[in-house]
Amino acid sequence: MLDISQLSKTFADGGGLTHTALEGVDLRIGDREIVSLVGTSGCGKSTLLRLVCGLDQPTGGDIRLEGRPVTGPSPNVGMVFQEPRLMPWLSVTENVRLALLDLARREQDRRIADALEKVGLADFASALPRQLSGGMAQRVAIARALVRQPSVLLLDEPFSALDSFTRLKLQDHLVELWEREGFTLILVTHDVEEAVVLSDRVVVLRGHPGRIHREVDVDQPRPRSRTAVEVQRLKEEIIASLDLS
Amino acid sequence: MSVITLERRADLPPGVQGRATPRVPLPRLARLRAFALPAVLLLLWQSLTSAGVFPDYLLPAPAVVANELLALAAGGVLAEHIAITVWRVAVGFAAGALAATLLGALTGYSSSARAYLDPTLQALKAVPSLAWVPLFILWFGIFEASKITLIGVGVFFPVYLNLMSGIQSTDRKLVEVARVNGLGRFDLIRRILIPATLPSYLTGLRSGLALGWMFVIAAELMGASQGLGFLMIDGQMTGRPAIIIGALLLFAVAGKLSDALIAAAARRLTAWQDGYGASQESGRA
Ligand SMILES: Nc1ncnc2c1ncn2[C@@H]1O[C@H](COP(=O)(O)OP(=O)(O)OP(=O)(O)O)[C@@H](O)[C@H]1O
Ligand SMILES: [Mg+2]
Repeated sequence: MLDISQLSKTFADGGGLTHTALEGVDLRIGDREIVSLVGTSGCGKSTLLRLVCGLDQPTGGDIRLEGRPVTGPSPNVGMVFQEPRLMPWLSVTENVRLALLDLARREQDRRIADALEKVGLADFASALPRQLSGGMAQRVAIARALVRQPSVLLLDEPFSALDSFTRLKLQDHLVELWEREGFTLILVTHDVEEAVVLSDRVVVLRGHPGRIHREVDVDQPRPRSRTAVEVQRLKEEIIASLDLS
Repeated sequence: MSVITLERRADLPPGVQGRATPRVPLPRLARLRAFALPAVLLLLWQSLTSAGVFPDYLLPAPAVVANELLALAAGGVLAEHIAITVWRVAVGFAAGALAATLLGALTGYSSSARAYLDPTLQALKAVPSLAWVPLFILWFGIFEASKITLIGVGVFFPVYLNLMSGIQSTDRKLVEVARVNGLGRFDLIRRILIPATLPSYLTGLRSGLALGWMFVIAAELMGASQGLGFLMIDGQMTGRPAIIIGALLLFAVAGKLSDALIAAAARRLTAWQDGYGASQESGRA
Protein backbone atom coordinates (compact mmCIF):
# COMPACT_ATOMS: atom_id res chain seq x y z
CA MET A 1 0.00 0.00 0.00
CA LEU A 2 1.34 3.38 -1.03
CA ASP A 3 -0.08 6.21 0.98
CA ILE A 4 0.45 9.79 -0.12
CA SER A 5 -1.01 12.48 2.09
CA GLN A 6 -1.09 16.25 1.81
CA LEU A 7 1.98 16.11 -0.37
CA SER A 8 3.39 19.36 -1.63
CA LYS A 9 6.59 20.42 -3.31
CA THR A 10 7.90 23.94 -3.66
CA PHE A 11 11.06 24.62 -5.62
CA ALA A 12 13.33 27.50 -4.71
CA ASP A 13 14.21 29.06 -8.05
CA GLY A 14 17.14 30.97 -6.66
CA GLY A 15 16.99 34.71 -6.14
CA GLY A 16 14.37 34.22 -3.41
CA LEU A 17 11.65 33.20 -5.85
CA THR A 18 9.73 30.01 -5.23
CA HIS A 19 7.61 27.86 -7.44
CA THR A 20 5.03 25.45 -6.07
CA ALA A 21 4.66 22.45 -8.36
CA LEU A 22 2.35 20.29 -6.24
CA GLU A 23 -0.01 21.10 -3.40
CA GLY A 24 -2.15 19.02 -1.08
CA VAL A 25 -2.01 15.78 -3.02
CA ASP A 26 -3.76 12.84 -1.33
CA LEU A 27 -3.55 9.48 -3.02
CA ARG A 28 -3.80 5.92 -1.76
CA ILE A 29 -2.73 3.18 -4.09
CA GLY A 30 -3.35 -0.47 -3.26
CA ASP A 31 -1.01 -3.37 -3.89
CA ARG A 32 -1.01 -4.54 -7.51
CA GLU A 33 -3.04 -1.57 -8.59
CA ILE A 34 -2.28 0.19 -11.88
CA VAL A 35 -2.77 3.94 -11.63
CA SER A 36 -2.18 6.42 -14.43
CA LEU A 37 -1.45 10.09 -13.86
CA VAL A 38 -2.59 12.40 -16.61
CA GLY A 39 -2.62 16.16 -16.84
CA THR A 40 -1.41 19.04 -18.91
CA SER A 41 2.28 19.78 -19.22
CA GLY A 42 3.83 21.30 -16.11
CA CYS A 43 1.13 20.24 -13.66
CA GLY A 44 3.59 18.27 -11.55
CA LYS A 45 3.33 14.65 -12.73
CA SER A 46 7.07 14.06 -12.96
CA THR A 47 7.57 15.91 -9.69
CA LEU A 48 5.15 13.50 -8.01
CA LEU A 49 7.00 10.45 -9.32
CA ARG A 50 10.36 11.88 -8.28
CA LEU A 51 9.04 12.35 -4.77
CA VAL A 52 7.67 8.80 -4.64
CA CYS A 53 10.98 7.29 -5.73
CA GLY A 54 12.91 9.43 -3.28
CA LEU A 55 14.92 11.44 -5.83
CA ASP A 56 13.48 14.67 -4.41
CA GLN A 57 12.25 15.50 -0.92
CA PRO A 58 8.74 16.89 -0.38
CA THR A 59 8.33 20.28 1.24
CA GLY A 60 5.07 19.22 2.89
CA GLY A 61 3.08 16.09 3.65
CA ASP A 62 4.47 12.59 3.43
CA ILE A 63 4.68 9.39 1.46
CA ARG A 64 4.48 6.00 3.10
CA LEU A 65 5.15 2.64 1.54
CA GLU A 66 3.84 -0.28 3.59
CA GLY A 67 3.56 2.18 6.46
CA ARG A 68 7.19 3.30 6.34
CA PRO A 69 8.01 6.85 5.24
CA VAL A 70 9.93 7.21 1.98
CA THR A 71 13.07 9.20 2.66
CA GLY A 72 15.24 8.30 -0.31
CA PRO A 73 15.68 5.84 -3.16
CA SER A 74 15.11 2.21 -2.21
CA PRO A 75 15.20 -1.12 -4.02
CA ASN A 76 11.51 -1.36 -3.28
CA VAL A 77 10.67 1.33 -5.81
CA GLY A 78 11.78 1.00 -9.43
CA MET A 79 11.82 3.96 -11.79
CA VAL A 80 11.76 4.21 -15.58
CA PHE A 81 12.30 7.67 -17.02
CA GLN A 82 11.04 9.11 -20.26
CA GLU A 83 14.45 8.39 -21.80
CA PRO A 84 16.10 4.99 -21.32
CA ARG A 85 19.05 6.61 -19.52
CA LEU A 86 21.45 3.79 -20.27
CA MET A 87 25.17 4.33 -19.73
CA PRO A 88 26.51 4.37 -23.30
CA TRP A 89 29.80 2.80 -22.15
CA LEU A 90 28.19 -0.20 -20.48
CA SER A 91 26.75 -3.25 -22.19
CA VAL A 92 23.12 -4.16 -21.65
CA THR A 93 24.14 -6.61 -18.93
CA GLU A 94 26.29 -4.07 -17.12
CA ASN A 95 23.55 -1.45 -17.33
CA VAL A 96 21.13 -3.79 -15.61
CA ARG A 97 23.80 -4.73 -13.07
CA LEU A 98 23.75 -1.13 -11.79
CA ALA A 99 20.61 -2.01 -9.84
CA LEU A 100 22.22 -5.02 -8.17
CA LEU A 101 25.65 -3.90 -7.03
CA ASP A 102 25.11 -4.81 -3.38
CA LEU A 103 24.37 -8.47 -4.20
CA ALA A 104 26.82 -11.31 -4.68
CA ARG A 105 28.23 -11.54 -8.19
CA ARG A 106 26.58 -14.88 -9.02
CA GLU A 107 23.23 -13.66 -7.80
CA GLN A 108 23.66 -10.55 -9.97
CA ASP A 109 24.34 -12.66 -13.05
CA ARG A 110 21.41 -14.93 -12.37
CA ARG A 111 19.00 -12.04 -11.95
CA ILE A 112 20.29 -10.15 -14.97
CA ALA A 113 19.85 -13.18 -17.22
CA ASP A 114 16.36 -13.65 -15.82
CA ALA A 115 15.36 -10.01 -16.30
CA LEU A 116 16.70 -9.83 -19.85
CA GLU A 117 14.84 -13.02 -20.67
CA LYS A 118 11.64 -11.45 -19.40
CA VAL A 119 11.94 -8.38 -21.59
CA GLY A 120 12.99 -10.50 -24.56
CA LEU A 121 16.54 -9.20 -24.83
CA ALA A 122 18.56 -12.23 -23.78
CA ASP A 123 20.30 -12.23 -27.15
CA PHE A 124 21.48 -8.67 -26.69
CA ALA A 125 23.07 -9.11 -23.28
CA SER A 126 26.45 -7.85 -24.40
CA ALA A 127 25.34 -5.25 -26.96
CA LEU A 128 26.17 -1.61 -26.34
CA PRO A 129 23.30 0.91 -26.07
CA ARG A 130 24.16 2.47 -29.44
CA GLN A 131 23.37 -0.87 -31.06
CA LEU A 132 19.80 -0.90 -29.73
CA SER A 133 16.60 0.56 -31.17
CA GLY A 134 14.60 3.00 -29.04
CA GLY A 135 12.12 0.33 -28.01
CA MET A 136 14.86 -2.12 -27.08
CA ALA A 137 16.66 0.51 -25.02
CA GLN A 138 13.47 1.29 -23.12
CA ARG A 139 13.01 -2.43 -22.43
CA VAL A 140 16.50 -2.53 -20.95
CA ALA A 141 15.47 0.37 -18.72
CA ILE A 142 12.38 -1.60 -17.67
CA ALA A 143 14.54 -4.65 -16.97
CA ARG A 144 16.86 -2.52 -14.84
CA ALA A 145 13.91 -1.19 -12.85
CA LEU A 146 12.33 -4.61 -12.37
CA VAL A 147 15.43 -6.68 -11.66
CA ARG A 148 15.22 -5.85 -7.95
CA GLN A 149 11.62 -7.06 -7.90
CA PRO A 150 10.36 -3.77 -6.47
CA SER A 151 6.89 -3.60 -5.01
CA VAL A 152 6.23 -0.35 -6.87
CA LEU A 153 7.21 0.44 -10.44
CA LEU A 154 7.09 4.07 -11.56
CA LEU A 155 7.06 4.95 -15.24
CA ASP A 156 7.35 8.55 -16.44
CA GLU A 157 6.02 8.74 -20.00
CA PRO A 158 8.06 5.65 -20.84
CA PHE A 159 6.69 5.15 -24.34
CA SER A 160 6.21 8.71 -25.52
CA ALA A 161 9.30 8.73 -27.72
CA LEU A 162 8.37 5.51 -29.53
CA ASP A 163 6.41 4.94 -32.71
CA SER A 164 2.80 3.88 -32.18
CA PHE A 165 3.36 0.25 -33.17
CA THR A 166 6.26 -0.23 -30.74
CA ARG A 167 4.27 1.63 -28.12
CA LEU A 168 1.33 -0.78 -28.39
CA LYS A 169 3.65 -3.78 -28.15
CA LEU A 170 5.38 -2.41 -25.09
CA GLN A 171 2.05 -1.63 -23.41
CA ASP A 172 0.95 -5.25 -23.83
CA HIS A 173 4.34 -6.38 -22.64
CA LEU A 174 4.10 -4.24 -19.54
CA VAL A 175 0.72 -5.70 -18.64
CA GLU A 176 2.11 -9.22 -19.03
CA LEU A 177 5.02 -8.38 -16.74
CA TRP A 178 2.59 -6.89 -14.25
CA GLU A 179 0.41 -10.00 -14.32
CA ARG A 180 3.40 -12.21 -13.62
CA GLU A 181 5.32 -10.09 -11.13
CA GLY A 182 2.47 -8.43 -9.28
CA PHE A 183 3.96 -5.01 -8.61
CA THR A 184 2.06 -1.80 -8.10
CA LEU A 185 2.32 0.35 -11.21
CA ILE A 186 2.14 4.12 -11.45
CA LEU A 187 2.31 5.44 -14.97
CA VAL A 188 2.55 9.03 -16.10
CA THR A 189 1.30 9.48 -19.63
CA HIS A 190 0.04 12.08 -22.08
CA ASP A 191 -1.84 9.42 -23.96
CA VAL A 192 -5.28 9.22 -22.35
CA GLU A 193 -6.21 6.11 -24.30
CA GLU A 194 -3.09 4.39 -22.99
CA ALA A 195 -4.11 5.42 -19.48
CA VAL A 196 -7.63 3.99 -19.85
CA VAL A 197 -6.54 0.75 -21.50
CA LEU A 198 -3.85 0.00 -18.92
CA SER A 199 -5.11 1.29 -15.59
CA ASP A 200 -7.48 0.42 -12.79
CA ARG A 201 -7.72 4.10 -12.03
CA VAL A 202 -6.85 7.29 -13.90
CA VAL A 203 -5.89 10.29 -11.77
CA VAL A 204 -6.29 13.69 -13.38
CA LEU A 205 -3.93 16.40 -12.11
CA ARG A 206 -4.63 20.01 -12.92
CA GLY A 207 -3.53 23.53 -12.28
CA HIS A 208 -0.49 25.44 -11.06
CA PRO A 209 0.34 24.27 -8.47
CA GLY A 210 -0.89 20.85 -9.48
CA ARG A 211 -3.65 19.22 -7.45
CA ILE A 212 -5.73 16.12 -7.99
CA HIS A 213 -8.73 17.23 -10.01
CA ARG A 214 -10.56 13.92 -10.23
CA GLU A 215 -10.09 10.17 -10.23
CA VAL A 216 -11.76 7.88 -12.74
CA ASP A 217 -12.11 4.15 -12.05
CA VAL A 218 -11.87 1.84 -15.02
CA ASP A 219 -13.90 -1.27 -14.19
CA GLN A 220 -13.26 -3.19 -17.35
CA PRO A 221 -11.91 -6.73 -17.58
CA ARG A 222 -8.46 -7.25 -19.11
CA PRO A 223 -7.37 -7.60 -21.81
CA ARG A 224 -9.13 -4.47 -22.98
CA SER A 225 -9.84 -3.51 -26.52
CA ARG A 226 -8.77 -0.01 -27.41
CA THR A 227 -11.88 0.39 -29.52
CA ALA A 228 -14.38 -0.82 -26.89
CA VAL A 229 -17.25 1.63 -26.44
CA GLU A 230 -16.63 2.03 -22.73
CA VAL A 231 -12.91 2.69 -23.22
CA GLN A 232 -13.65 5.37 -25.79
CA ARG A 233 -16.33 6.91 -23.58
CA LEU A 234 -13.97 7.17 -20.58
CA LYS A 235 -11.28 8.58 -22.83
CA GLU A 236 -13.59 11.36 -24.06
CA GLU A 237 -14.68 12.08 -20.52
CA ILE A 238 -11.12 12.38 -19.22
CA ILE A 239 -9.98 14.50 -22.14
CA ALA A 240 -12.89 16.83 -21.48
CA SER A 241 -11.85 17.22 -17.85
CA LEU A 242 -8.27 17.97 -18.90
CA ASP A 243 -9.34 20.71 -21.25
CA LEU A 244 -11.41 22.64 -18.72
CA SER A 245 -8.61 24.75 -17.32
CA MET B 1 9.59 -17.79 -23.48
CA SER B 2 10.26 -14.27 -24.54
CA VAL B 3 7.12 -12.26 -24.39
CA ILE B 4 7.43 -10.23 -27.52
CA THR B 5 9.17 -10.94 -30.74
CA LEU B 6 12.62 -9.54 -30.99
CA GLU B 7 13.09 -6.66 -33.26
CA ARG B 8 16.20 -7.98 -34.90
CA ARG B 9 18.32 -5.40 -36.52
CA ALA B 10 19.72 -6.06 -39.92
CA ASP B 11 23.17 -4.84 -38.95
CA LEU B 12 23.40 -7.15 -35.95
CA PRO B 13 23.76 -10.88 -36.31
CA PRO B 14 21.54 -12.76 -33.88
CA GLY B 15 23.07 -12.84 -30.46
CA VAL B 16 25.74 -10.48 -31.59
CA GLN B 17 27.98 -10.48 -28.60
CA GLY B 18 28.38 -6.90 -29.48
CA ARG B 19 31.48 -5.55 -27.87
CA ALA B 20 32.58 -2.51 -29.77
CA THR B 21 31.81 -3.07 -33.42
CA PRO B 22 34.78 -4.94 -34.82
CA ARG B 23 36.83 -2.50 -36.80
CA VAL B 24 37.57 -3.58 -40.32
CA PRO B 25 41.31 -3.12 -40.85
CA LEU B 26 41.91 -0.67 -43.61
CA PRO B 27 43.66 -1.99 -46.66
CA ARG B 28 47.32 -1.05 -46.55
CA LEU B 29 47.09 1.31 -49.49
CA ALA B 30 44.30 3.33 -47.93
CA ARG B 31 46.47 4.01 -44.90
CA LEU B 32 49.05 5.60 -47.14
CA ARG B 33 46.62 8.40 -47.94
CA ALA B 34 48.04 10.36 -45.03
CA PHE B 35 51.37 10.58 -46.83
CA ALA B 36 49.99 12.04 -50.05
CA LEU B 37 50.13 15.67 -48.95
CA PRO B 38 53.67 15.45 -47.46
CA ALA B 39 54.83 13.85 -50.72
CA VAL B 40 53.36 16.69 -52.77
CA LEU B 41 54.98 19.27 -50.48
CA LEU B 42 58.30 17.49 -50.77
CA LEU B 43 58.08 17.55 -54.56
CA LEU B 44 57.18 21.22 -54.49
CA TRP B 45 60.10 21.95 -52.18
CA GLN B 46 62.47 20.01 -54.43
CA SER B 47 61.33 21.73 -57.61
CA LEU B 48 61.44 25.19 -56.05
CA THR B 49 64.99 24.69 -54.86
CA SER B 50 66.27 23.10 -58.04
CA ALA B 51 64.68 25.88 -60.10
CA GLY B 52 66.72 28.23 -57.95
CA VAL B 53 63.71 30.22 -56.74
CA PHE B 54 65.21 30.42 -53.25
CA PRO B 55 68.91 30.74 -52.56
CA ASP B 56 70.68 27.88 -50.84
CA TYR B 57 71.49 29.76 -47.66
CA LEU B 58 67.75 30.34 -47.05
CA LEU B 59 66.09 27.15 -48.25
CA PRO B 60 68.41 24.24 -48.96
CA ALA B 61 67.19 21.30 -51.05
CA PRO B 62 65.59 18.29 -49.33
CA ALA B 63 68.65 16.18 -50.05
CA VAL B 64 70.89 18.70 -48.28
CA VAL B 65 68.68 18.55 -45.20
CA ALA B 66 68.66 14.76 -45.31
CA ASN B 67 72.45 14.64 -45.61
CA GLU B 68 72.90 17.02 -42.71
CA LEU B 69 70.64 14.88 -40.52
CA LEU B 70 72.40 11.69 -41.61
CA ALA B 71 75.77 13.16 -40.80
CA LEU B 72 74.54 14.08 -37.32
CA ALA B 73 72.96 10.68 -36.89
CA ALA B 74 76.13 8.84 -37.91
CA GLY B 75 78.03 10.10 -34.91
CA GLY B 76 75.16 9.22 -32.57
CA VAL B 77 74.83 12.92 -31.70
CA LEU B 78 71.38 13.26 -33.22
CA ALA B 79 70.00 10.39 -31.17
CA GLU B 80 71.25 12.10 -28.02
CA HIS B 81 69.60 15.39 -28.96
CA ILE B 82 66.34 13.63 -29.69
CA ALA B 83 66.50 11.55 -26.52
CA ILE B 84 67.06 14.50 -24.22
CA THR B 85 64.19 16.46 -25.77
CA VAL B 86 61.83 13.51 -25.60
CA TRP B 87 62.88 12.89 -22.01
CA ARG B 88 62.13 16.50 -21.06
CA VAL B 89 58.70 16.38 -22.66
CA ALA B 90 57.93 13.02 -21.07
CA VAL B 91 58.90 14.03 -17.56
CA GLY B 92 57.25 17.46 -17.83
CA PHE B 93 54.12 15.94 -19.29
CA ALA B 94 53.92 13.26 -16.61
CA ALA B 95 54.38 15.79 -13.80
CA GLY B 96 51.96 18.35 -15.25
CA ALA B 97 49.33 15.77 -16.14
CA LEU B 98 49.55 14.11 -12.73
CA ALA B 99 49.10 17.37 -10.85
CA ALA B 100 46.28 18.39 -13.19
CA THR B 101 44.54 15.05 -12.77
CA LEU B 102 44.61 15.25 -8.98
CA LEU B 103 43.46 18.87 -8.81
CA GLY B 104 40.96 18.58 -11.69
CA ALA B 105 39.37 15.50 -10.16
CA LEU B 106 39.10 17.29 -6.83
CA THR B 107 37.60 20.53 -8.14
CA GLY B 108 35.34 18.69 -10.58
CA TYR B 109 33.93 16.38 -7.96
CA SER B 110 33.70 18.62 -4.92
CA SER B 111 32.08 21.99 -5.18
CA SER B 112 33.78 23.24 -2.03
CA ALA B 113 37.21 22.28 -3.36
CA ARG B 114 36.24 24.14 -6.50
CA ALA B 115 35.24 27.21 -4.52
CA TYR B 116 38.58 27.25 -2.72
CA LEU B 117 40.97 26.30 -5.52
CA ASP B 118 39.55 27.08 -8.92
CA PRO B 119 39.61 30.91 -8.82
CA THR B 120 43.31 30.86 -7.94
CA LEU B 121 44.13 28.34 -10.63
CA GLN B 122 42.18 30.34 -13.19
CA ALA B 123 44.12 33.45 -12.20
CA LEU B 124 47.42 31.58 -12.60
CA LYS B 125 46.23 30.41 -16.00
CA ALA B 126 45.89 34.03 -17.02
CA VAL B 127 49.66 34.48 -16.64
CA PRO B 128 51.19 33.75 -20.06
CA SER B 129 53.19 30.62 -19.33
CA LEU B 130 56.45 31.96 -20.77
CA ALA B 131 56.30 34.75 -18.23
CA TRP B 132 57.28 32.19 -15.60
CA VAL B 133 60.66 31.67 -17.21
CA PRO B 134 62.71 34.27 -15.32
CA LEU B 135 61.35 33.10 -12.01
CA PHE B 136 61.89 29.42 -12.76
CA ILE B 137 65.46 30.06 -13.85
CA LEU B 138 66.09 32.03 -10.68
CA TRP B 139 64.55 29.30 -8.54
CA PHE B 140 65.59 26.13 -10.27
CA GLY B 141 68.71 27.18 -12.18
CA ILE B 142 69.27 26.95 -15.91
CA PHE B 143 69.44 23.17 -16.03
CA GLU B 144 66.76 20.51 -16.21
CA ALA B 145 64.53 21.47 -13.28
CA SER B 146 63.49 24.83 -14.68
CA LYS B 147 62.82 23.38 -18.15
CA ILE B 148 60.72 20.56 -16.83
CA THR B 149 58.75 22.86 -14.55
CA LEU B 150 57.98 25.12 -17.48
CA ILE B 151 56.78 22.18 -19.59
CA GLY B 152 54.75 20.90 -16.65
CA VAL B 153 53.00 24.26 -16.29
CA GLY B 154 52.15 24.23 -19.98
CA VAL B 155 50.70 20.74 -19.78
CA PHE B 156 48.81 21.40 -16.55
CA PHE B 157 46.12 23.83 -17.64
CA PRO B 158 44.44 22.08 -20.58
CA VAL B 159 44.38 18.80 -18.65
CA TYR B 160 43.04 20.46 -15.53
CA LEU B 161 40.33 22.44 -17.32
CA ASN B 162 39.12 19.56 -19.46
CA LEU B 163 38.97 17.16 -16.55
CA MET B 164 37.14 19.56 -14.26
CA SER B 165 34.58 20.61 -16.83
CA GLY B 166 34.22 17.02 -18.00
CA ILE B 167 33.27 15.86 -14.52
CA GLN B 168 30.94 18.78 -13.99
CA SER B 169 29.12 18.35 -17.25
CA THR B 170 28.41 14.68 -16.63
CA ASP B 171 24.77 14.22 -17.59
CA ARG B 172 22.64 14.82 -14.49
CA LYS B 173 20.16 12.28 -15.82
CA LEU B 174 22.74 9.52 -15.65
CA VAL B 175 23.76 10.54 -12.15
CA GLU B 176 20.09 10.26 -11.16
CA VAL B 177 20.07 6.68 -12.39
CA ALA B 178 22.95 6.05 -9.99
CA ARG B 179 20.99 7.63 -7.15
CA VAL B 180 17.79 5.69 -7.87
CA ASN B 181 19.80 2.48 -7.85
CA GLY B 182 21.56 3.35 -4.62
CA LEU B 183 25.10 3.42 -6.02
CA GLY B 184 27.71 4.32 -3.43
CA ARG B 185 30.29 7.03 -3.95
CA PHE B 186 32.89 4.57 -5.19
CA ASP B 187 30.60 2.93 -7.75
CA LEU B 188 29.33 6.32 -8.88
CA ILE B 189 32.89 7.41 -9.59
CA ARG B 190 34.02 4.16 -11.14
CA ARG B 191 31.01 3.25 -13.24
CA ILE B 192 29.65 6.65 -14.17
CA LEU B 193 31.86 9.68 -13.56
CA ILE B 194 35.13 8.26 -14.87
CA PRO B 195 33.76 6.83 -18.13
CA ALA B 196 31.61 9.91 -18.70
CA THR B 197 34.63 12.16 -18.21
CA LEU B 198 37.12 10.13 -20.19
CA PRO B 199 36.55 11.70 -23.63
CA SER B 200 37.07 15.20 -22.36
CA TYR B 201 40.02 14.14 -20.19
CA LEU B 202 41.72 12.53 -23.19
CA THR B 203 41.16 15.69 -25.20
CA GLY B 204 42.85 17.57 -22.39
CA LEU B 205 45.80 15.20 -22.43
CA ARG B 206 46.21 15.65 -26.17
CA SER B 207 46.19 19.44 -25.97
CA GLY B 208 48.50 19.23 -22.97
CA LEU B 209 50.96 17.14 -24.90
CA ALA B 210 50.90 19.59 -27.80
CA LEU B 211 51.72 22.40 -25.38
CA GLY B 212 54.45 20.23 -23.89
CA TRP B 213 56.19 20.13 -27.27
CA MET B 214 55.73 23.85 -27.67
CA PHE B 215 57.26 24.59 -24.30
CA VAL B 216 60.20 22.25 -24.71
CA ILE B 217 61.35 24.33 -27.65
CA ALA B 218 60.88 27.50 -25.69
CA ALA B 219 62.91 26.04 -22.85
CA GLU B 220 65.66 24.76 -25.12
CA LEU B 221 65.86 27.96 -27.17
CA MET B 222 66.46 29.88 -23.98
CA GLY B 223 69.50 27.98 -22.98
CA ALA B 224 70.50 24.39 -23.42
CA SER B 225 73.55 22.51 -24.54
CA GLN B 226 71.58 19.60 -25.96
CA GLY B 227 68.21 18.88 -27.49
CA LEU B 228 66.39 19.63 -30.73
CA GLY B 229 65.81 23.23 -29.68
CA PHE B 230 69.52 23.66 -29.06
CA LEU B 231 70.18 22.17 -32.49
CA MET B 232 68.02 24.86 -34.05
CA ILE B 233 69.83 27.67 -32.22
CA ASP B 234 73.09 26.08 -33.23
CA GLY B 235 71.96 25.97 -36.87
CA GLN B 236 71.01 29.62 -36.68
CA MET B 237 74.33 30.68 -35.11
CA THR B 238 76.40 28.75 -37.61
CA GLY B 239 74.25 29.74 -40.58
CA ARG B 240 73.11 26.24 -41.47
CA PRO B 241 69.40 26.37 -42.40
CA ALA B 242 69.47 22.66 -43.20
CA ILE B 243 69.90 21.87 -39.51
CA ILE B 244 67.05 24.17 -38.50
CA ILE B 245 64.73 22.61 -41.06
CA GLY B 246 65.86 19.12 -40.09
CA ALA B 247 65.09 19.80 -36.42
CA LEU B 248 61.72 21.23 -37.38
CA LEU B 249 60.88 18.07 -39.28
CA LEU B 250 61.97 15.94 -36.33
CA PHE B 251 59.71 17.95 -34.03
CA ALA B 252 56.81 17.37 -36.40
CA VAL B 253 57.46 13.63 -36.46
CA ALA B 254 57.92 13.31 -32.69
CA GLY B 255 54.84 15.41 -31.93
CA LYS B 256 52.73 13.48 -34.37
CA LEU B 257 53.91 10.09 -33.08
CA SER B 258 53.31 10.92 -29.43
CA ASP B 259 49.87 12.33 -30.25
CA ALA B 260 49.05 9.21 -32.23
CA LEU B 261 49.80 7.15 -29.12
CA ILE B 262 47.22 9.02 -27.05
CA ALA B 263 44.76 9.04 -29.93
CA ALA B 264 45.04 5.27 -30.27
CA ALA B 265 44.48 4.81 -26.55
CA ALA B 266 41.50 7.19 -26.76
CA ARG B 267 39.94 5.23 -29.60
CA ARG B 268 40.09 2.04 -27.58
CA LEU B 269 38.87 3.56 -24.35
CA THR B 270 35.94 5.42 -25.86
CA ALA B 271 34.85 2.92 -28.49
CA TRP B 272 31.35 3.09 -26.98
CA GLN B 273 30.89 6.62 -28.30
CA ASP B 274 28.26 7.02 -30.95
CA GLY B 275 29.79 9.91 -32.81
CA TYR B 276 30.02 10.86 -36.45
CA GLY B 277 33.63 9.70 -36.63
CA ALA B 278 32.76 6.24 -35.33
CA SER B 279 29.99 5.81 -37.89
CA GLN B 280 32.43 6.71 -40.65
CA GLU B 281 34.93 4.16 -39.36
CA SER B 282 32.53 1.26 -39.16
CA GLY B 283 30.71 2.19 -42.34
CA ARG B 284 33.90 1.87 -44.34
CA ALA B 285 34.48 -1.58 -45.74
N1 LIG C 1 14.10 21.23 -10.32
C1 LIG C 1 13.14 22.14 -10.50
N2 LIG C 1 13.34 23.42 -10.13
C2 LIG C 1 12.39 24.36 -10.31
N3 LIG C 1 11.18 24.10 -10.83
C3 LIG C 1 10.90 22.85 -11.21
C4 LIG C 1 11.87 21.80 -11.08
N4 LIG C 1 11.32 20.66 -11.54
C5 LIG C 1 10.08 20.98 -11.96
N5 LIG C 1 9.81 22.29 -11.75
C6 LIG C 1 8.56 22.99 -12.06
O1 LIG C 1 7.50 22.26 -11.50
C7 LIG C 1 6.41 22.23 -12.39
C8 LIG C 1 5.99 20.80 -12.63
O2 LIG C 1 7.00 20.16 -13.37
P1 LIG C 1 6.87 18.64 -13.80
O3 LIG C 1 8.11 18.29 -14.52
O4 LIG C 1 6.50 17.83 -12.62
O5 LIG C 1 5.65 18.70 -14.80
P2 LIG C 1 4.99 17.52 -15.64
O6 LIG C 1 3.58 17.43 -15.23
O7 LIG C 1 5.82 16.30 -15.55
O8 LIG C 1 5.06 18.11 -17.10
P3 LIG C 1 5.33 17.34 -18.48
O9 LIG C 1 4.03 16.71 -18.82
O10 LIG C 1 5.66 18.44 -19.43
O11 LIG C 1 6.43 16.37 -18.26
C9 LIG C 1 6.80 22.96 -13.64
O12 LIG C 1 6.23 24.25 -13.60
C10 LIG C 1 8.30 23.05 -13.54
O13 LIG C 1 8.75 24.26 -14.07
MG1 LIG D 1 7.09 15.19 -16.85
